[in-house]
Amino acid sequence: MQRSFICLFLCFFSLFARAELTVEITQGVDEPTPIAVVPFAWSGNQALPDDIAKVVGDDLYRSGMFKVMPRDNMLSFPSDRSSLYFRDWRISGSEFIVIGRISESEGQLNVGFELYDILKEERILGEDIKANRDNLRAVGHYISDKVFEALTGVRGAFSTRIVYVTAKQLAPSNHRYRLMLADSDGHNPRTILESKEPILSPAWSQDASKLAYVSFESGRPAVYIQYLATGKREKVQSFRGLNGAPAWSPDGKKLALVLSKDGNPEVYVLDLQQRRLTRITHHFGIDTEPSWSPDGQSLIFTSDRGGQPQIYSIYLPTRDVTRLTFEGQYNARGRLTQDGRFLAMVHQNNGSFHIAVQDLRTGRVDLLTETFMDESPTIAPNGSIILYATQEGIRGVLAAVSLDGRVKFRLPSSDGDVREPAWSPFR
Amino acid sequence: MRTMNIGKATALALTVVWAAGCSTTNTTDTDTMGGGATTTAPTTTTQPVTDSSMSGTSMADVKNLATIFYFDFDQTQVKAEAVAALRAHAKYLAANPSATVVLEGHADERGTREYNMALGERRAQAIARVLTVNGVSNSQIELVSFGEEKPVVMGHNPSSWAQNRRVELKY
Repeated sequence: MQRSFICLFLCFFSLFARAELTVEITQGVDEPTPIAVVPFAWSGNQALPDDIAKVVGDDLYRSGMFKVMPRDNMLSFPSDRSSLYFRDWRISGSEFIVIGRISESEGQLNVGFELYDILKEERILGEDIKANRDNLRAVGHYISDKVFEALTGVRGAFSTRIVYVTAKQLAPSNHRYRLMLADSDGHNPRTILESKEPILSPAWSQDASKLAYVSFESGRPAVYIQYLATGKREKVQSFRGLNGAPAWSPDGKKLALVLSKDGNPEVYVLDLQQRRLTRITHHFGIDTEPSWSPDGQSLIFTSDRGGQPQIYSIYLPTRDVTRLTFEGQYNARGRLTQDGRFLAMVHQNNGSFHIAVQDLRTGRVDLLTETFMDESPTIAPNGSIILYATQEGIRGVLAAVSLDGRVKFRLPSSDGDVREPAWSPFR
Repeated sequence: MRTMNIGKATALALTVVWAAGCSTTNTTDTDTMGGGATTTAPTTTTQPVTDSSMSGTSMADVKNLATIFYFDFDQTQVKAEAVAALRAHAKYLAANPSATVVLEGHADERGTREYNMALGERRAQAIARVLTVNGVSNSQIELVSFGEEKPVVMGHNPSSWAQNRRVELKY
C-alpha cells in the first residue's frame, strides 16, 4: 500500500519535473507566441480517425515557437467567425486562434480552417481543403505549415518526412535492420527495406522521390538507390572495399559517395545519367561523409588529414580545399543549412559526442546537446530544427534540437534501436 | 517557515526516493548489458598463444590460433601481441595459395558511422599488411569493414568499446 503510494507520488513528481523542463526549454529571448487551436467541428455521423486540431496544436508546440492553449481552458469551441468572440479569447491570453470545421458530402470530406489575429480582430488566412478519412493527419500538417509561415515568415516543414534505421537483435546471431519512413512527427511509420545485415547512411534526393543508402545485404557494403513510389531499387556502386556515405547533389543529377577501391577512402562524384565516376579527393588520410553545399559548387567532408577528424570544404571547379572546423579534436559528419551559413556536426567534447553548430560567417561554435553519444545530425529543410540520434540507456532514440538550442524534444521511439535519421527536402 | 521546512523535507525525501529509483534502473541497465554481452558473444573465440610450436601448414595447425585482434581508440596500429599469431596464419596461407581469408574490420560506437566504417577498413588493411609481408598473396585476402555496425558487446563503457575495436580473421 505504502509502496504504491510512493510510486504514484513518483509518477506525479516525474510528470511535474518534465513539465517544468519543457517550460524552461521554451523560455528564451523570444517568448513563445500564445495560440489557441480549437477542435474542428464535425457534422458527420461516424467519428473521424484523427483529430486535426490536435495535429496542428502538437506541430506548433513542437516547433518551440508557440505556446498552445490547453483545450480544458477553452470556454467555447467556435468553428466559424459568427461564434468567435475575440474579447473572451483576448482575456485568455491568446494572440492567435485557429478554428475549423469538417463536413462530408458523397464520401468526401471538406476541411475548412481559418487563422485569426485576436488582438487586431482580423482574419489572416483560411482555406477549404478536400480530404478523406485516410489523410487527415496530412491535412493537419498542411494547415500547420500555412499557420507557421503566416506567423513566423518561415516556411513550415511539418508536411515533410523522415527516414531512419531501426536495429533489433532477435537472437544471438540474428539481427533485423529496417529502413523506416515516417511523417516528420514520427507518426505513420512504414518499413521500406528490411535486412538481416546493417543498413546505414540513408540520403534523400532533392525532389524527395528517391533514397540512396548503404546496405550490407550481400555481406559487403554497396550503395543502392530506391524509388519511394514504386519500391523499385538498383545497386549503383559495389566496388571492392568501402562503398558508402551517399549524398545527392542539389540538382539531383549526381551522387557524392565514398569508395576505397584505390586502397584508401576517397570522395567521388557519380554522374547518374552518364554513369561516370570522378574522384574528388586525393589524400592518404581518411576522406569521408561528403555533403553538398546548397549551390552544388562545393562538397564538405570529414578528413583526418590533419591528424584528427575535422571538416573540410572542397570547391569543385578548382578543387581548392579549405578547413572549416578548428575547435576541438573531433568534428565530423557536417551538414549545411539551406542558406549555407550554419554547419551542423558531431563534435567531441571531454570524451562525449554532441551535436554542435558553427556559424561559418563568424566561426562561433555552439554545443546544442548535452547527452553523451549524439550523432547523425540532419537539418529540417526550413533550417529550424536538427534531428539527431542519441542513446537512452542502451537503446538508440531520435531527438531534436532547434538551431538556437532553445527547443528540444524526443520522437516517440518505436521498436528496437533507432538511428541514422534523414529529414526529407520539401516536396 | 514551518511550511518551508516541510516542503524541504518532502523535496529531500522525494530526491532520495528518486535517486533510489534511478540507481535501481541503472543496475537493471548494467545487468541487461551483461546479458547482452553473453548472448552476443561470437562463436569464434580468442585463444591465448602460448607456445611456439605453431609452425604447421595445415588447417589443424591454425585452428587454435587467435582470430580476433584488438585496437586502441581511433588507432589502426597492430598491437605487438597480435604479431605471433598473425605470422602463423600467414605461414599457413602462404603454404596453401588456394586458401582464402576474410578480414572483418570493426570500430567501437564512438564517433560517426561512416568515419568508423573507414577506420574499420584501415584496421583490416593493417592486419592484411602483416599477412602480406609474411608471404600471403593479396588475392587470398578479402577486406570487409562493418564499422560500428556489428558490436560484439552492447555497452557504453571502456571495456565494451575495447572488445568492439577489432579485426576478425575468418577462413
